[in-house]
Amino acid sequence: MSKTIIKIEHLYKEYCLGVIGHGTLYRDMQSWWANVRGKEDPNSLIGRVNSDSPKNILALNNINMNVKQGEVLGIIGANGAGKSTLLKILSKVTAPTKGIIKVKGKIASLLEVGTGFHPELTGKENIYLNGAINGMNKMEVTRKLDEIANFAGVEKFIDTPVKRYSSGMHARLGFAVAAHLDPDILVVDEVLAVGDAKFQKKAAIKMQNVSESHGRTVIIVSHNMDLIERLCSRSVLLNAGSILAEGETEAIIKKYIGQETANLKPEKIWNESNRTYRSKGVAPGNELVKPISLRVFDEHGKLCSTFSEIEDINFEFECEVLRKANNMAIGLTITNHKNTGVLAMRDNSRDDEGEIAEPGRYLFKTKIQGNFLNDGFYRISIGCTEGMSIHVDESDIVSFLVKDTYNPDGARGLYPREWPDVVVRPKINWQKEKL
Amino acid sequence: MLKKAIPKTDESHWDLIITPKNGWFDINIGELFRYRDLIYMFIRRDFVTFYKQTILGPLWYIIQPLVNTLVFTIVFGKVAKISTDGTPPFLFYMTGTIAWSYFSTCLTATSNTFGQNANIFGKVYFPRLTVPVAHVIINLLQFGIQFVVFIGFWLWFKWQGADFHLGNLIFAIPLVLLQMAVLGLGFGILISSLTTKYRDLTFAMGFGVQLWMYATPIVYPLSVVPEKYHMLASLNPMTSVVECFRGAFLGVSSIQPVHIIISVAITLIAFFAGIILFSRIEKTFMDTV
Repeated sequence: MSKTIIKIEHLYKEYCLGVIGHGTLYRDMQSWWANVRGKEDPNSLIGRVNSDSPKNILALNNINMNVKQGEVLGIIGANGAGKSTLLKILSKVTAPTKGIIKVKGKIASLLEVGTGFHPELTGKENIYLNGAINGMNKMEVTRKLDEIANFAGVEKFIDTPVKRYSSGMHARLGFAVAAHLDPDILVVDEVLAVGDAKFQKKAAIKMQNVSESHGRTVIIVSHNMDLIERLCSRSVLLNAGSILAEGETEAIIKKYIGQETANLKPEKIWNESNRTYRSKGVAPGNELVKPISLRVFDEHGKLCSTFSEIEDINFEFECEVLRKANNMAIGLTITNHKNTGVLAMRDNSRDDEGEIAEPGRYLFKTKIQGNFLNDGFYRISIGCTEGMSIHVDESDIVSFLVKDTYNPDGARGLYPREWPDVVVRPKINWQKEKL
Repeated sequence: MLKKAIPKTDESHWDLIITPKNGWFDINIGELFRYRDLIYMFIRRDFVTFYKQTILGPLWYIIQPLVNTLVFTIVFGKVAKISTDGTPPFLFYMTGTIAWSYFSTCLTATSNTFGQNANIFGKVYFPRLTVPVAHVIINLLQFGIQFVVFIGFWLWFKWQGADFHLGNLIFAIPLVLLQMAVLGLGFGILISSLTTKYRDLTFAMGFGVQLWMYATPIVYPLSVVPEKYHMLASLNPMTSVVECFRGAFLGVSSIQPVHIIISVAITLIAFFAGIILFSRIEKTFMDTV
């Protein structure tokens, strides 16, 4: 049980930023020439103390870790911490820039389900195709065909082209194939969030079985802390490409949440000079709507990131509508420290006008009353839609903290103990009668 | 990147070692063989889905070369009156067309390997070479169908009493086919590797293939090319392939053994250059594509 099955030593992964063009060709030549002469690559960050190359970033920076056989290891960290990069290297989708990984046994990765399905082929044909892509041979697939179809709940449609499948069936079939790969090590990236609640539960149980009854090793990347807590005995916290902490899952999650709360961000401003990396040089949004800012305020109109449990939390979202919009809606979603969705709300202020927005700048305001959210850390995502199409979808852009001040005006009254770990804490009136 | 050895249980043994790109010839043939079912599945997928939602279905495999042959016969045979070395023009152009179409479809299909499969390559690992190899094989099926049609026409012309005969090169046909496949694969993966980062070549591909066709004796026989340029012409490996093909089925060819040797040599160089480059690119192309 305690045999080391994966050993990662001094792992680095460097990415080149920006657009590929003449400049890249020049730098490629530079690097190549340095390589030919046996000199250090002038564009590489590895081995430098102070980085002066703004064009490259280190997605993984000297990762060292061991994974033991039969353990379920969670990898957590904020967006851009390097979790997915690590999994990609483990599953050989891309190679590291430097360093070495030694593995015992066969690795299969579940980075995205249903990749490689061909819509024209039937479910059965796709099981064979997907199995083959994941390294199974024909005989193995034949042996497991019924089991896979059964697990995905698509036995009846096995001879139907998958283009006729619902998206849920599609995803379930993809997961089912991957879950039956029988590798020694299974690498999973956020794929357990597939299908309906019933299937998700089934999937999580399957993951657990894979490790418990077969002694297989599972590595899971997820933002869902509940899932990590439930499945993983040990976790690793990544931050900006380095391992910040590793150990018991519970402690690591606490540390992660602590780290998140240290980086509270009550305001986000999008403009041309504040472009996000993900959107590759263009502010989010499109020809219909461009977000400008999202802010969290206290009741005095001051930017605020820490609230007491009884305080109102005010939100303001400013955006520019660039053309006449039909049925436009602004939505705001709040997730908590475990990445559980708490609530979603939508601008309903102009329903009677048929929700047609004339071009121009708009400010949307709303608030969540005090005595509603439980204490904890919250992140806000914002979205703009027009009819069925999504125009802005920005996740986790601002964050705030609700602190339990043990205020007797709140839901707790004079209750002295820690409030249970529940999603909301509304103040709900009770009545009591002496009988 | 991947080294498989005899399984042992001691602590110092590892089944898989992932490192940055290392040696410059790093294609694992054994691994490719282990994934043969995947190659088969790719072939099946492409074959089954090729003619889905078409009325004529698999007939499309033969319509295109037939129409091409007909156009060539009219334009170059009847209008431009280019020599066909005394053979029936229709058969002359058909040999050229089906040989060329096999090569060019292999080339275009494999040259898109990374671009078209970026999505799936980004999620799962399997030997990337399975994709171009599957293309080369499926095009061989297509070629086979066209070849059967060609044989039909060949017999018909023979029955009509046209003046042509099988050449000795007929015995070399399997080798010529192999060369064609290797050539398509070699150049295809060479181009696909070069286009991952700089896509300029993709644009050049379209008309490049067209120009290459005119540089190959498809619409004219090598015999109309002045003798002193034959050496130059044989630097194009397809020259020898097409001429051998004609020599085999129509009995006329001006190809010399030395040209064949040059052509085979160039084919092998392109193939190994392609493999080497492909093996270097396949590990990190996800970062640049």
